[in-house]
Amino acid sequence: MALLQISEPNESPEPHTRRLAVGIDLGTTNSLVATIRNAVPECLPDAEGRSMLPSAVRYAEGGAIEVGAAALAHRGDDALNTITSVKRFMGRSVADLRGDATARYQFSTPTGDGKGQLKITTRQGAMSPVEISAEILRTLKERAQQSLGGPLYGAVITVPAYFDDAQRQATKDAAKLAGLNVLRLLNEPTAAAVAYGLDKQAEGTFLIYDLGGGTFDVSILRLSRGVFEVLATAGDTHLGGDDFDAALAKYAFDTWGLTRALSPTGQANLHAAARAAKERLTSAHTATIKVNWGCGFDSSLDVAREQFTTLTQPLVDRTLTAVKRALRDAKVKSDDIDGVVLVGGATRMPHVRAALEAHFGKPPLADMNPDEVVALGAAIQADQLAGNGKSGDEHLLLDVIPLSLGLETMGGLVEKIIPRNATIPAAKAQEFTTFKDGQTAMALHVVQGERELVADCRSLARFELRGIPPMVAGAARIRVTFQVDADGLLSVSATETTSNVRADIVVKPSYGLGDGEIASMLQSAFAAAGSDMQARALAEARVDATALIGALGAAVEVDRALLSDAEHAALVSQIAHLRQLADGSDHRAIVRATEALNMASTEFAGRRMDRAVREALAGRRIDSIEKMV
Amino acid sequence: MSVTLTQAAANHVQKYIAKRGKGIGIRLGVKTTGCSGLAYKLEYADESQPEDLVFESFGTRVLIDPKSFAVLDGTELDFQREGLNEGFKFNNPREKARCGCGESFTV
Repeated sequence: MALLQISEPNESPEPHTRRLAVGIDLGTTNSLVATIRNAVPECLPDAEGRSMLPSAVRYAEGGAIEVGAAALAHRGDDALNTITSVKRFMGRSVADLRGDATARYQFSTPTGDGKGQLKITTRQGAMSPVEISAEILRTLKERAQQSLGGPLYGAVITVPAYFDDAQRQATKDAAKLAGLNVLRLLNEPTAAAVAYGLDKQAEGTFLIYDLGGGTFDVSILRLSRGVFEVLATAGDTHLGGDDFDAALAKYAFDTWGLTRALSPTGQANLHAAARAAKERLTSAHTATIKVNWGCGFDSSLDVAREQFTTLTQPLVDRTLTAVKRALRDAKVKSDDIDGVVLVGGATRMPHVRAALEAHFGKPPLADMNPDEVVALGAAIQADQLAGNGKSGDEHLLLDVIPLSLGLETMGGLVEKIIPRNATIPAAKAQEFTTFKDGQTAMALHVVQGERELVADCRSLARFELRGIPPMVAGAARIRVTFQVDADGLLSVSATETTSNVRADIVVKPSYGLGDGEIASMLQSAFAAAGSDMQARALAEARVDATALIGALGAAVEVDRALLSDAEHAALVSQIAHLRQLADGSDHRAIVRATEALNMASTEFAGRRMDRAVREALAGRRIDSIEKMV
Repeated sequence: MSVTLTQAAANHVQKYIAKRGKGIGIRLGVKTTGCSGLAYKLEYADESQPEDLVFESFGTRVLIDPKSFAVLDGTELDFQREGLNEGFKFNNPREKARCGCGESFTV
């Protein structure tokens, strides 16, 4: 028989109505599953009582797949078939991984050009990060179903705030592959805020500092009247506890005077020893890194906490740089932050806490298990989305998009449709028109980035709107709608409103942007602000000039009769002059020549207008015209 | 003439009240619903009502309204684990039949 859970007063569910929903923190190093049980959120442990599932998958001999601690145990002796930190590869291509220290596997890409979704070569074949992540999710799903005694209705899965479209889509795909119904993807810091019950306060501004195994996220949340709004996010998808391990491992490697590159097994053993020492240094003042290399060789090294602090302070400083960037984006000062919330096992390191206390002048909130908060918050959200909560108790969780989304317009310019840090879900529409007479199709190029020129932004997708009825340039009304759903996924549609011709696309780029790229794209946008404006001005001038050349060039031939020979020759020569200038790069000269040509052709335009009016009025009586007017 | 908790049930109720942060005990009840006519209610109690019957097992208070008590008299609430699954179970001597799901029953 089903076992019963305790409910809140007067909230006992009707029989058979409770939907089993879980929150899943799909982490770089560890993953967890949590649910609401007996009306409180809690992580679900495995049969051995461990709630953290190491995010490790091993493709063993004979077709077996091991997940978690069983897989991690072989990280040393079967390194190439034991995949850890697979989250780093979600939605990425081989080209995205240049210089990545964790890229210790053999990669392949289906396309061969290094640009498609990468695969990791194992003894059971090439596995995509989506497939590998699905194994982790499947393990958590089975654990949850056994713990809750029934099939899951759905799950909320958390992702770093900085995950782009490709990475979010890959996460959703992995869930689908694992047979999970994804109720929503939720940003990890937002989930942590929910777990801490920050939503129960009247209002406040909070900073969520999430230093996990492999990713660092900082988010600034503002609460007002029970509504969460993420003011800004920043971070680094290549900074986490792993890097602290690596710094310590490198220190040991150098101190021991080792010169030869280590085998994958040796490297894994050294990293494991460094990690263990790091964890001990949280409570102890010294720890020993001890590695057994096999064949009777071993090395050991004592490390003091101060030494570890010195070694890794640059990493802590990098997190503070991101903290400052988020504060700047959110337009808040350190003093405005009412509380700093710690998330992620790496925030247990005393010097991390000390650095935050020094920066904000008060100790961070750390009374919950930093490993569990994200999963717990996701569980709370999942329960509400599954409809188990009180009605009217739903959180409105607002997240933001990390980079502006826009369209390419004439001249290679970017028209931003949804600006950076806009809250999601978001939908925005803008009208565009045709550029040429009789134009029946329009190519739409969706880009992401802060720069003014398409060439400097990331291309997300291209599609075409066909079947536009032939009209004069500028007459068509093409409404382009950008929609970013609650998971941060973008869909774009274009409709020609006079004819209702429609085309749309769900943006599913084959690979995405890394945080480093996002950061450098933002940097270059600031740095290039001046030259970007120049480039924009030039491109705009060229577009105007080209439009005038096209229209006037056609008109002087069609209505040759309205011009004297001298007038015709003058206009033709001015058009040629403007065409020449438009090929150059002096935008002021182009603007001046365009204006001059406009002036010079005013008389001609007037004559064309008069004739058009005369033709329209020919043979009509005064009273019928008065009616028209 | 009473309703009791097993030691395991009492321990878990106390653990969860601590996690929840408030509560004076647990409220048992029945409501007329479900595929077999009646369903058990198991809720945290934040306050007692004047008409409530109050019992205590292993230091944990159990509150029941008189109408429900007519059906629940003699019931023992247990806490069980079945593999990874765990939860509370009503052992009610008056229960004659229950639906396969265990969520509703008849007396």
